[in-house]
Amino acid sequence: MKNKPEIKAALKAAFPYTLPIMAGFLFLGAAYGIYARTEGLAAAYPILMAAVIFAGSLEFVAVDMLTSGVFDPINALVMTLTVNARHLFYGISMLDKYRAAGKKRWYLIFGMCDESFSINCTAQPPAGIDRSLFYFWVTLLNQVYWVSGAALGALAGGLINFDLPGLDFVMTALMVVIFLDNWLKEKQHYSSLIGLGVSLACLLIFGSGSFIIPSMVVMLIVLTLLRKPIEKAADAASEKEAQP
Amino acid sequence: MTQVQMLITIAMCVIGTMLTRFLPFMVFPSGKPVPKYVQYLGKALPGAALGLLVIYCFKGVDILSGSHGLPELISLAVITALHLWRRNMLLSVGAGTAAYMMLVNFVFK
Repeated sequence: MKNKPEIKAALKAAFPYTLPIMAGFLFLGAAYGIYARTEGLAAAYPILMAAVIFAGSLEFVAVDMLTSGVFDPINALVMTLTVNARHLFYGISMLDKYRAAGKKRWYLIFGMCDESFSINCTAQPPAGIDRSLFYFWVTLLNQVYWVSGAALGALAGGLINFDLPGLDFVMTALMVVIFLDNWLKEKQHYSSLIGLGVSLACLLIFGSGSFIIPSMVVMLIVLTLLRKPIEKAADAASEKEAQP
Repeated sequence: MTQVQMLITIAMCVIGTMLTRFLPFMVFPSGKPVPKYVQYLGKALPGAALGLLVIYCFKGVDILSGSHGLPELISLAVITALHLWRRNMLLSVGAGTAAYMMLVNFVFK
């Protein structure tokens, strides 16, 4: 068991990283809660789903499933796997970091949404901060924001005016900044360029509803074919860094 | 749908989501060595996954109609310039979002 000052220090280090997500999740979570209510669900459903599914875009799809009137659990499972397949890439990327987190890893993996993955994958906690605790706080704070937003929208949606056109852009802005931070510190840019290029090409070819899985497949193929040059570029950069 | 059917549907969403999150960790549990190829993917995938997420955020932009994606493009330029200059996450995200909100509410109405 870690001591209290260590836990507090990790919280203090993690909190600033989650501020943009606080704004984005409270707003989008509220929009989600309101949407679920206007579709006819009781308030408990969006709140429950926010807590146990914790995957924003799927939860909107789940509202449609629950209100369609058709009970089709196999379809629900297939839809979920399709919408969330990108998490597989997150897991492979976080193998080393999360496997080293002891018992906390179970919660870290459970709560690995887009935003928690992006921060924990790129943030460099200050020296002296326990990394696993830092990852833990980022994940927990994000989930608290999302569930609070959903509850706010589901319970008080009719009372408060949430109409702030454009505030949802905060999530896009955050992703761009995280991408830039990673770009500035990565040892080779092949992966980032492949990620952008392949996804954009697949978006244009397959359309916004079904481009993620083709993108993942093509990325895997390209990264596998380019393994040698990419490893060489990364090694060359590391050697350069090691020289005085 | 009955309440039980609704809860089963939600359970399927939970099972599916957790499968996509836990699978890599079930295949390569702590203490078991990770093959060299998967180690390579672990290093190469973050950049690619973040690139995918950026495109995912812009997937709803329609360059052929409406404001032709100009508010998004201008805000993207603001975020990139500001971030390369000051390297301050909260400043870049805050200013970029504020710029976008001004553009969609006052300029490209």
